Formats: sequence, structure tokens, C-alpha cells
Amino acid sequence: MRIHPRYTQRGAIAVLGGATLLTLLILAFIIFFILEKGLPGISLSFLTTNPTDMGRAGGIFPTLIGTIILPLLAIIIATPLGIFTSVYLSEYTKENKATRIIRFGTDCLAGIPSIIFGLFGYIFFVVTLGFGWSILSGGLTLAVMILPTIIRTSEEAIRAVPKSYREVSFSLGATSWQTVKKVILPNALPGIVTGIMLSIGRAIGETAAVIFTAGSSLRIPSSVFDSTRTMAVHFYILAREGISAENAYATAATLIIAVLIVNLSAYWLMHRFIAKRS
Amino acid sequence: MKTKFHIKDLDLFFKEEKVLKQINFEIPANKILGIIGPSGSGKTTFLRALNRMNDLEDGTRIEGNILLDEEDIYKPDYDVVALRKKVGMVFAMPVPLPMSIYENVVYGVRLSGVNDSKLLDELVEKSLTASYLWDEVKDRLKTSGMRLSGGQQQRLCLARVLAMEPEVILLDEPCSGLDPISTAKIEDALTVLKKDYTIILVTNNTKQAARVADNTAFFLMGELIEIGSTGQIFTTPNRIETNDYITGRFG
Repeated sequence: MRIHPRYTQRGAIAVLGGATLLTLLILAFIIFFILEKGLPGISLSFLTTNPTDMGRAGGIFPTLIGTIILPLLAIIIATPLGIFTSVYLSEYTKENKATRIIRFGTDCLAGIPSIIFGLFGYIFFVVTLGFGWSILSGGLTLAVMILPTIIRTSEEAIRAVPKSYREVSFSLGATSWQTVKKVILPNALPGIVTGIMLSIGRAIGETAAVIFTAGSSLRIPSSVFDSTRTMAVHFYILAREGISAENAYATAATLIIAVLIVNLSAYWLMHRFIAKRS
Repeated sequence: MKTKFHIKDLDLFFKEEKVLKQINFEIPANKILGIIGPSGSGKTTFLRALNRMNDLEDGTRIEGNILLDEEDIYKPDYDVVALRKKVGMVFAMPVPLPMSIYENVVYGVRLSGVNDSKLLDELVEKSLTASYLWDEVKDRLKTSGMRLSGGQQQRLCLARVLAMEPEVILLDEPCSGLDPISTAKIEDALTVLKKDYTIILVTNNTKQAARVADNTAFFLMGELIEIGSTGQIFTTPNRIETNDYITGRFG
């Protein structure tokens, strides 16, 4: 029996819309749940004072520093490396076996559990290179961890730039580098920024790889060779060791708000950039 | 009469397939050469061989020679960037770059390191005037080139090439998506421009070749079937294939 298209159309709207609604509801519920439990614990003094008694009381100021500095270091290292690599792969090499192997390799790396990167960072940066549990070891490990994501998302964004733009640019006597600089990167920017945002989110929320490489010191770091603790690690320790559920939730809420602020400001900057160009 | 391009025994392969076969002829300077032929006849491929745009496609290889002012443009150390500045190209689909009208026109010139704003202003006016677009856009040079209509975009693409002050302009079916009025404007521009430039116009529209070309070449299945003055090709073609094509018996 054939169902009238009018009914299949209604069915499709119900299923597609329902899935979207359910996704949004789950997301909203998680955020609401954390914020409801955590927001009451957040205050100016919570953000600006040092923890006391292992975090049972006091604030989270040192972990705020750690949460900013570690992902920042990782992004500063991984962004140029990742973008340059993706430009080289997509604009300077012909599609062949080697590029396919590299692409497959980065895909595999992007899917490896973060704790493996933590183990690698511990063995290589902490022990072999002798950086110890430090901001440097942690930042480098996070950089290695997010590099594949940045490479692949940047590459997709670069490939999405119409081929005709390249043809026009070359036909007007541009070199490959001039074409990359003036046409490809500006047009791929929104996609590249999205990849970087995802990576920042991943780096901010990372726990396993950070404990292994940056340690969990609660002191305010004075150099990149000092150990530090991020909010995610702080939350993990507070919750895992049953130190303070209240402060754990407050830390989690701060973390969510921080990620939100980073994302919103990045999108705002990007839209300003796009508006300026067109 | 001065020869601009000299094509000698040109074969062009795409992977294993031979796309152009034994092309031999000369293209005189300061004339419009029309290239006609059915789709798949190799006319666009031939055009893109003249500024080495085919280099961008993997698996393209040529045999024989293409001489520009008696210099082989495929010799190993030939400067391709310089070639493309000398031999500009307008594509079938108008593709303004996603930047302002002004920046589109000066794109190529800026690449060469020209940044003097007075010089660039003059160049923009001159190029847009020559492509019959100036009056329509002079008050909105800062708006995006992508906001123009299709016909205006194609004239912008022509202006962009003119701003480079090339010696040769290649046009690949420049009017295929345009209305008759835009087409007429481009054709008018071309007939004026041939004083200063050598123009090679690939077209699917035989009437367009008859209207604007001084000489016409007919391509079929990768071969140059016949070339001659436009009058001769369209009134007394020597080859039966040419006659069949221009009278619309196939193609």
C-alpha cells in the first residue's frame, strides 16, 4: 500500500524535528543541572582566592590560571603547525598514495583516546626531555593531541573553497603562496576557526592527558616549568576523592561558562571579519 | 602582419587520452580569432594550453611547441607567472573573487607589487571603462563584486584582466550564460580592444564568431579542421565538416 506523500512528509517532519528537540533537551538539561548545582557556589571571591584545605574551602584562582595558560600554549603551538600542514597537503601536493597515508594517519591520531597522549607526553616530555610535570609538558601534550583535529578541519575548510577561485587567481599571475594568502585562507577562515574552537573546547576540558603531564599543583605557577592544575583536573580530584561536591559543581559551572565565553567571542570576531569583507 | 602565437605540431594528452591532435597554425597579433566547434572538440583545452592553465590539472602533458613571440612557453625554465600576466583569461562562468569591485580589478596588479593608490584608482577607472562597466558601478566600487548581476560580473572579470595590461586576452565562452544586452556590451568592448590586444575567443555561438572575429578556426574531435578569415569560413568553407557545423547540421 502506498502512503500519500502528504503523510510521509508529516512523518519526516515529526521524526527529524523530534530528534532535534530531544538533542537540545538533553543538552539543556545537562547545562541546567550543572549550573543549578554550581552557580550558588560561584562568587567573586571563589574566582579570585586560593583554595585552602585541598580545595575543601576557598576559591579556584590557581586553576583559573592553569585553565587559561595550558590550552593557550597548546593553541599557540598547534594552530600555525596545523594550518601550515593542511595548506601544504591541500595546495602544494598532488593527491597520491603518500597524501592518502598522511590523511589516514591524522584521522587515526584524532581518534586516539586522550590518555594515550597523556602517556606519551609523560614518557617523552616529562621524563625523556626532562621538562617534569609542568605547563610546558602539558601544553605540548595538548598541542599534539589537538593537532590532528586542526589539520583535518582546516583541510576540509580549504578544500571547500571553490576551485574556480584558484583558477582565477592563478590566471591573474598569482603564485601558489599569493593564492593561499589572498584567496584561500580568508575564505577558509570560518571553517578553520570552527576547528580551532572545537580544539580549544577539547583542551580546556581535558583531564587525563593533563594529570599525566602538567601534574596537579595548586600553587600559582611562576614559569612554564612549574606544575599547574586546570579546572577540569580540579573538578576531577574534588569529585573523585570526595573532597567537596559543592566546590566541584561550582568549578564545573565556571568551566562551562568559560567555554561559552570563548566560543561566543570567537564567533563574534569571525562574524565581524566576514562582515568587513563583504 | 605580426604573429603572436605560433603553434607547432601540438599534441595534448590527458592521462592516456589524446585530446588535441597535430595542431599547426599561427595566430596574428591585434586580431580577434574565433574558435568554434561542438562541445568536446578540444577548443577550451587548446585555449587553456596558451596560458598553461592546463598545468593545474593532474595528468596533462603536451608534445610539440607553442611559441609566444617566437619563445617556447613550455620550455623547462619558462616563467609561468609572467606568462599568465601577459596572457590574461576570462572564464565561461563569471567568477568575481569575494572582495570589492575595486579589489577585484586590482587583484593582479597588487600581486605584482603595485600599491600606489592614485595609480590604482586610475587603472580601475580605465579598465572598467574599457569593459563597458564603469558607468554602472562607479558609485559603488567598495561593494562586493559578487553582488553584481551575471552580465556585470563577466564585464568585471574582463576589467580584471585588462587591468593587468596583458598582450593577449583569452576568452572561454564568455557570454554563454549572459543575456543578449550583456553579450552585445562584451562584443562591443572586444572589437574596440583588438587595437591593443590579441584576442582569442572560444565560443559555442557560431553567430558570435561571425559577428566579432577577424579569423575563425573550426575544431572537431581534437583536430583543427579549418582556419581562415571569418568571411571565408562562413561563406565558402573548404571542408564539408565546417559547412555542416556552421549550417547547423550537427553539433
